[in-house]
Parts: sequence; structure tokens; C-alpha cells
Amino acid sequence: MPTGIFILISLIKCAIALFVLLTLVAYIQLAERKIVAHIQSRVGPNRVGPYGFLQPAADAIKFILKEEVTPAAAHKLLYLMAPMISVVVALVAISVVPIGGTFHLFGYPTQFQIADINIGLLFLLGVMSLGVYGIVLAGWSSNSKYSFLGSLRGGSQMVSYELALGLALIGPVMIAGSLDLRQIVQAQSHIWYIIPEFVAFCIYLTAAFAETNRIPFDLPEAEGELGAGYHTEYSSMKFAMFFLAEYVNMVTVSCVATLVFLGGWHGPVFGPPQLQLWLPVFWFCLKVGFFLFLYIWVRGTLPRFRYDQLMAFGWKFLVPLALANVLITGVVLSVMK
Amino acid sequence: MHPALFFIFGGIALAGAINLLVQRAPIYSALSLVAVMGALAVLFLLLGAEFIAFIQIIVYAGAIMVLFVFVIMLLNADVPEPTRRSKVAQAIGYPVMALLLVELAGFFAAAFGATPVRTGGYLVQVAAVGQALFHEFLLPFEVTSVLFLVGVTGAVLLAARREERHGAAPRATRVHAGVPTRAMAEALSVPPNAMGGAVIEPAPQPESEPAHARAQGDGR
Repeated sequence: MPTGIFILISLIKCAIALFVLLTLVAYIQLAERKIVAHIQSRVGPNRVGPYGFLQPAADAIKFILKEEVTPAAAHKLLYLMAPMISVVVALVAISVVPIGGTFHLFGYPTQFQIADINIGLLFLLGVMSLGVYGIVLAGWSSNSKYSFLGSLRGGSQMVSYELALGLALIGPVMIAGSLDLRQIVQAQSHIWYIIPEFVAFCIYLTAAFAETNRIPFDLPEAEGELGAGYHTEYSSMKFAMFFLAEYVNMVTVSCVATLVFLGGWHGPVFGPPQLQLWLPVFWFCLKVGFFLFLYIWVRGTLPRFRYDQLMAFGWKFLVPLALANVLITGVVLSVMK
Repeated sequence: MHPALFFIFGGIALAGAINLLVQRAPIYSALSLVAVMGALAVLFLLLGAEFIAFIQIIVYAGAIMVLFVFVIMLLNADVPEPTRRSKVAQAIGYPVMALLLVELAGFFAAAFGATPVRTGGYLVQVAAVGQALFHEFLLPFEVTSVLFLVGVTGAVLLAARREERHGAAPRATRVHAGVPTRAMAEALSVPPNAMGGAVIEPAPQPESEPAHARAQGDGR
């Protein structure tokens, strides 16, 4: 296709993805408050709009209108950059996630994906590994002890669990024989990788919770001991950007779990061509929705780890287990050849 | 398109490298190095080496530089005091550097001549990288990995031995990166008088003290 059309189509897809993602994040947050409220026998937000459905809009207005406070002792430039890094990294990562098959736009075939690259999985891991800068710089530049301790915890936790996360993904990659997310999904047309790689799935899920700093691994923002952790000194939209980044990261790791372990957009497809085009997208969203619900469910259920337990669990249990899984997968694959 | 991208990202890499040298605060130097790594990754992409490009991001920008930033934060390395500028070093340093640069340029010109480097339009598959590493260069690859293993084991051994000599502290205090206390100072194997007289007391410190100053106190 001509370059002009390619750029136009890409821009349209970016705009749609951004709109859907930001709306989704707002409503995940509402869903979280509702579900956690029900788990704890409360009602949850129900004042704004019917059943509280306009609560995200109210929150957004509140975030925008709040006063921006910059601590006097902060390193101004880094303090400003940290939330930007977090958001940009989170949003860039989602660009390689495919959510369905191929369709036609302006007469040209294109995918339900912004950028179809050969090593999508590696791209995702690479971009996600940069997210740690946002947290580390936020804590350091705020020049406050709670922020600093929160960012130290966040940084070391993310660097540690990244290892287990990456190693857990190697098993499925070995079976599929590709780093291309589309090919990994296509290789699962017979059997989802959650069945042969169940151990890797469990490791991935655990590491993903730690990677996104969610309960039970939300030590970087443990409110009982650290105020609000690395974003203690942030207010207004700067705080909202960290918030946004955390939820977008949740969506991203859920998408990766769906693509690599739950067969992506595979599912029963039937009916007229239009339905056949959109059903895979629906299945994909359903599976991602399941993971997002799981996040919220776990948040309403589990207590928080102690920090040394967290580190010992990551390094002494998850990493060796993931290595063993890679080894066994390799042996089985070479025997089956 | 590709030459333009080459000059843009080559320029970013150079600017980052120069910024790395001229910045006074170490944290900005480290972050410029991250920018250099990112720009280099794009240059790798232009040469069709996408695997190397993203490994560059994951390993250097995502792991090694994070450790650098961590150390800078923990040591609270601020703007260092300028040393007295040595006239001799200035007089000799710049000419020698220029000479070395010219020599390097001459070497590369002699080695590769005027053949232009092809950018874009071709792609090295990941499988080809795997083939090269695990078939053609298997022995060097494995030997290098053993070398890394020796390094890692040695570092762990040295750390463990130091801890043993001073008596290991309870687990909880050893790992927790919290407010420094006497137990922690012992766990971190700092003799009480090695802190330059400033013995760390568990007494609460004034709230107004910035975190950086306090983090400096835990002796790491």
C-alpha cells in the first residue's frame, strides 16, 4: 500500500486504540471500586449518574481541576519527566498487541493491530523494561523519604520479576517457534498453550502482578507504611498519569497472557462475514476481561507480602522454576522431534 | 527515508554522548547514556538487526542502566566538587584525543574503504542469530557464558564471606531497605567507626531532613 495511506490508516488505528484504552482504563477503575466494594459488603460509588456510571468522568474533571503542587526541593526536570515516561512507555507497549484477524480499510488489507512487527514479544518486553525509569525517577526527584523508599522498592521489584516474566514466556515461544505475536496465536489453533505450559502460565501470572505493582505485590505504594509510595508528592494530572500508566500496564500484561497462553482471539466463529470478522475480537476482549477481573478479585482477597518474602519468592522460587520449565520444554520438544 | 533516519538517530546518539560528558550531575549523565542506548538500538534496526536492537534495549537500557541509576540514587551522588584543573592534562589531553580520533577514522577508512553501508530493506531473522550463536560460534558463546558465571559466583562469594565475618543479622533486617538502624548497620557489615564518626543511631531523625541525606547514611 502507498506510504500516505499506510500513515493515514496507522493514525486512525492509533486514535481508536487510544480512545478505547483510555475509556477502558477509566471504567476498569470504576469496576474495581464496585467489585472490591461488593467483596467487602459495601455498595461502592453510586452517586454520579445511574449506578455510578459517570463516576470516571467526575474523577477526570476532579484530576484536571486540582492544584498542581511541585515540592520546593524537587529536581524539577526529572520530577516533570517521570510521569511522562511512565505513560508513554505504557501506551507504546500496547501498539504491538494484535486483537484479531485481518480486515479491509479504504480497500487495503490491514490488521487489528497498530504495528505488526516480527519480534512483537521482544518489543513488548523491551518497552516494559523501560517503565521502571518512571517509578525510579519519580521517587528520587520528589526528594521525599516515602517517595524514595517506594521507588527503591518498585525498581528492585520490577527488575527482579522481569526475569521470571521473560523466562516464563520462553516456553511458549519455543513451542511456537516464533517471537511474532500473530504467529504465536496462530500456532495455538489446536491447543492453547495454557495446557502444555501450565507452570509457565502460573509463573507469568505471578510475575505480571509484581511487574504492575498490584496487590499482593504492591509494596512500592504500600499505603500503611509509605504514604502513597513513589507518587506521594504528585498531585493532580501528574498523579493521574501514574494511575493511568498502572492500569494500561495491567491491560498490556493481560493482553500478553491472552495472546501467549489463552490462544489469543481463537474461539468459536460462525455466522455472516461481518460477524466472523468481529467474533475473534470479542473472544479476545472476553479473555482480557477475565484477567482484568482476576486482578481486581485478587486485590479484594489477598493481603500484601513482606518485602523480603517478595524478593526471596522471586529469586529463589520463581526464577529457578521458570528455568526448569524452559529446560523441560526443550527436552520434550527435542524428544518429540 | 533510511539515510534521514540514520542521521537523526546518529545525531541523537552523539548529542547524548556529549551531554553525558558535560553534565555535572551523575543522574543526568546516566540518563543521557540511556538515550544513547535507545538511539543505538534504532541504528541496529536500520541495519536490519531487530533482535540485537531489542536485546540492546532490554539488557542495557532496561537492566544495566537501571542499576546505574539505582547506585547513583543510593549514594545520592550529587554534583561532585570540581578538582583543580590541571594545565598539563589540558595541554596534552585534547591533542592526544584528536590524534586518536584521526587514527581511528583512518583505520576504518582503510578497512572498509568507500563501500557505503546498506541501511534498511533487509532483515536478519532471529533464527539466523540463533544459528550463528549455537552452531557456528558455539564454543566462544559457551566459554563467554562460563566467564560470566565465574564473575557472578565470585561476586556472591565475596559478599557472603564479608557477611559471615561480621556475623549474619536476622533475615528481616538484612533485606529490608528501610530506615537505617544499628541492627541494619551491623547487617550491612559496617563497623561503627567506619562511617567517619557519624554512628547511625536508631533515634528518629528530624522530619525535615531530605530522604537523600538519610539514604546516604546507611552506608551503601
